[in-house]
Amino acid sequence: MADDSILELQKLKVETITGRVLVDDVDVTLKRGEILGLIGESGAGKSTIGLASMAYARAGMRITGGRITLDGTELRASTASARRHMRGKSIAYIAQSAAASFNPSMTLMDQVCEAPVTHGVMSRADAEVYAKQLFRKLQLPNPDTIGERYPHQVSGGQLQRVMAAMAMSCRPDVIVLDEPTTALDVTTQIEVLSLLRDLIREFGTAGLYITHDLAVVAQIAHRIMVLRHGKMIEMGETKQILEQPKTEYARALVNERREAEHLALGIPDKVVQPILRVANVTAGYGPTAIVKNVSFDLAKGETLAVVGESGSGKSTVARIITGLLPRWEGEIDLSGKSLPAALASRAPDTLRRLQMVHQMPDVALNPRQTLEQIIGRPVSFFFNALTKDVRTRVHELLALVGLPEDFATRRPGQLSGGQKQRVCIARALAANPEVIICDEPTSALDPLVAEGVLKLLKRLQDELGIAYIFITHDLGTVRRIAHRTAVMLKGEIIAQGPTAEIFSPPFHPYTEKLITSVPEMHTTWLDEILAGRSSVLGSGGPAIPDSVLQARAAARRVVADPTKKDSVEWLAAMQVLSDGQKPEQAGSFNDLETELQNVKGLTEI
Amino acid sequence: MIRLILMRIGLGLLTLFVVSAVIFLLTQILPGDVASSVLGQNATPENLAAFRHELGLDQPALSRYLTWLWGVLHGDFGVALTNKRDIIQELAPRFRNTLFLAGYAALLALPISVGFGILAAVREGRLTDRVANILALICISMPEFFVGYLLILNFSVNHEYFPSLATVSSDTPFGERVWAVTLPAITMTLLVTAHMLRMTRNSVLAIMSTPYVEMAFLKGLTRGRVVTRHALPNAASPIISVIALNLAYLVVGVVVVENVFTYPGVGQYMIDAVTKRDVPVIEACGIVFASVFITLNTLADVLAIVLNPRLRHPR
Repeated sequence: MADDSILELQKLKVETITGRVLVDDVDVTLKRGEILGLIGESGAGKSTIGLASMAYARAGMRITGGRITLDGTELRASTASARRHMRGKSIAYIAQSAAASFNPSMTLMDQVCEAPVTHGVMSRADAEVYAKQLFRKLQLPNPDTIGERYPHQVSGGQLQRVMAAMAMSCRPDVIVLDEPTTALDVTTQIEVLSLLRDLIREFGTAGLYITHDLAVVAQIAHRIMVLRHGKMIEMGETKQILEQPKTEYARALVNERREAEHLALGIPDKVVQPILRVANVTAGYGPTAIVKNVSFDLAKGETLAVVGESGSGKSTVARIITGLLPRWEGEIDLSGKSLPAALASRAPDTLRRLQMVHQMPDVALNPRQTLEQIIGRPVSFFFNALTKDVRTRVHELLALVGLPEDFATRRPGQLSGGQKQRVCIARALAANPEVIICDEPTSALDPLVAEGVLKLLKRLQDELGIAYIFITHDLGTVRRIAHRTAVMLKGEIIAQGPTAEIFSPPFHPYTEKLITSVPEMHTTWLDEILAGRSSVLGSGGPAIPDSVLQARAAARRVVADPTKKDSVEWLAAMQVLSDGQKPEQAGSFNDLETELQNVKGLTEI
Repeated sequence: MIRLILMRIGLGLLTLFVVSAVIFLLTQILPGDVASSVLGQNATPENLAAFRHELGLDQPALSRYLTWLWGVLHGDFGVALTNKRDIIQELAPRFRNTLFLAGYAALLALPISVGFGILAAVREGRLTDRVANILALICISMPEFFVGYLLILNFSVNHEYFPSLATVSSDTPFGERVWAVTLPAITMTLLVTAHMLRMTRNSVLAIMSTPYVEMAFLKGLTRGRVVTRHALPNAASPIISVIALNLAYLVVGVVVVENVFTYPGVGQYMIDAVTKRDVPVIEACGIVFASVFITLNTLADVLAIVLNPRLRHPR
């Protein structure tokens, strides 16, 4: 057994330079061709272990103990230049964010060929030929010319595949995959995941697959190691971890995902006057409309989920309702009264009724203020309360969101991510709002923490009757919290209705695609879904769900219907049939925004 | 991209126009006027009125501004009120002198600051980095006249290496000229190096902490290659804008140094004019300084546009 092991970490210990222990006494043995999943919450030390296996520590960290043996060579005892020669050549790295991991001012080919040429594995010409082969294998469009492009000229999903090619450029023995699909949309994630898996299998590369998503790692890993606070909690075969986790913590992780798959809320039976009514609203940036003709109602105590891929205009809807982005056309009523389009022209009491919780609690809180100042500000602003009353109210609100009263004197820096999001919720509640817009409030949080925040939101709704607009791309969350769901594609709502209805057949074809793209917690999910998508109508393999075939058939009918050309339905159908083959649009909006900012910045000088 | 560049240049021209108006306005509110300071004891009300009429000072401000602007656009700054000489004749050689000094200082300062800035970034936290930082801080903390006198004391009084006065005329030979302005050039170098060095270091360091630099290290590249291939090209834009700002300062900020070394440049000319309330000269010097400043900054922005891969290679 020891003979065919390619990477061995023994009693690995990593500390910060101030002495805080990040990874404590972790042992990892990786056989040739084996994939080990490292799973845990952020701060569990997954990435640190991944980098340490390359004998690399980020600024401010140090590897302080243990042995790192790669292909028979102990790296910690080797010289710096020996370590450098291993990196990229024998062990390669795939990072989470492809967009940030490519040098913006070098062509893709230059960056892919850098490692083989530097390590003397291949000449530049050979490296280019090999890179093009890899591009072809990874199903990149125009494999012969895509290398001439710059990183900003290709989409996120494509970049992630180019990074895989870059990692494979020296045919390494081991590859470290650090959340390689986390930054991608669910629909793109499938593609990249299956391509990565095929590539690794074909080359017999061993891999460390780092992720926080059990369902993703279930599709690719032979064994799984569960980590928490830098320590190993449990390790076992993938099936065993998923089906019979031994430790409490692993069980909690698995159950959290299982609940997501099986829970659905009833439709609220009360038929009441909608509290918020959005009718035919259109708006955008510059001359382009990002959100087109969007309409929905929201009743008291109801949660409406707005789902869609990135770039579908979900967050723009939130900006329009709050007035940050004035609408061009359409009508928005709050409690039967029309809302002025722009934030500046709204009365304070209108502002009070409509509050917002942002995605990133870190940047939504002023780090120099205490929680009392943060939460107390809306109390004194909207209710002109006395200092004494403000303090009482802040304590009430803290208790309401499940934080101890003595937190009032703390600053955001002293809180964890989940606690910070609770503070953001308390701040929104401070205004006694009727509607809270939650823009991906849990997507920056770890699964178990997110679970707690969702439960809190649910409880507050039951107690206070607040209505939520819940913007998210996580369909698991939607099923647990939303009474109704609206699905967005390219700025339009293509389907809306009670969540249970949206999530059960007959599906709208695009919704179908979104739903089937969410990884499920059994090891064969990826194979099934790929089989379902690639099979031609009628001649499918054994495990194709009928619903998938129905969706594709429905999509074909829509596309074939000439009267529906260019309609929303037609777009959706095209999206389903193209199966994610149009990756350009996702990144393009972000780039547009960046460019706009550049231009703005220039004119301000 | 071409459109962006043209836009930026247009914006520069607009700024220059606004600055010309501001300069004109400011000279209008300077206390005292040339008539009373020239006539001195003879300033009877009749004399003053006649003199003002002769100089055109009794015209409304707007028409004087437009006449002046028209002249400036044609390279005519008018005549000095005090000695009736053509301003452009006086200004041109002095401007050449100022550019010569600034160019000399830039030639010294640029390689030192950018070179040591990069070196400090590469060796972050080590001795080289600390020494470079401390020296830079010391230099920037001392006022330029102090540095100037210190240099004079050491290198022309105690040891007679260089002259203490940098008085040159148009027929001074090149070698002698270089020798004469070495001390003022060193003074100015010490002044601007710190800023450029620290900005270079910080820009490179900011890039060094990006994921793509980490990726470059994980590909097994050497530190030198990571810095030159991955960090520097992306740090170029901020470095260039700081360099432009400092080059502009070399031209505009010479006023004090020129006085310390009695160097016949634009700065000295301007101070002279201010004491004599010679408004057209002040205006002319102001416009020259403003043009240098705006030109260099525009150039830096245009370079930043050209160097931005997103703009250079659109989708």
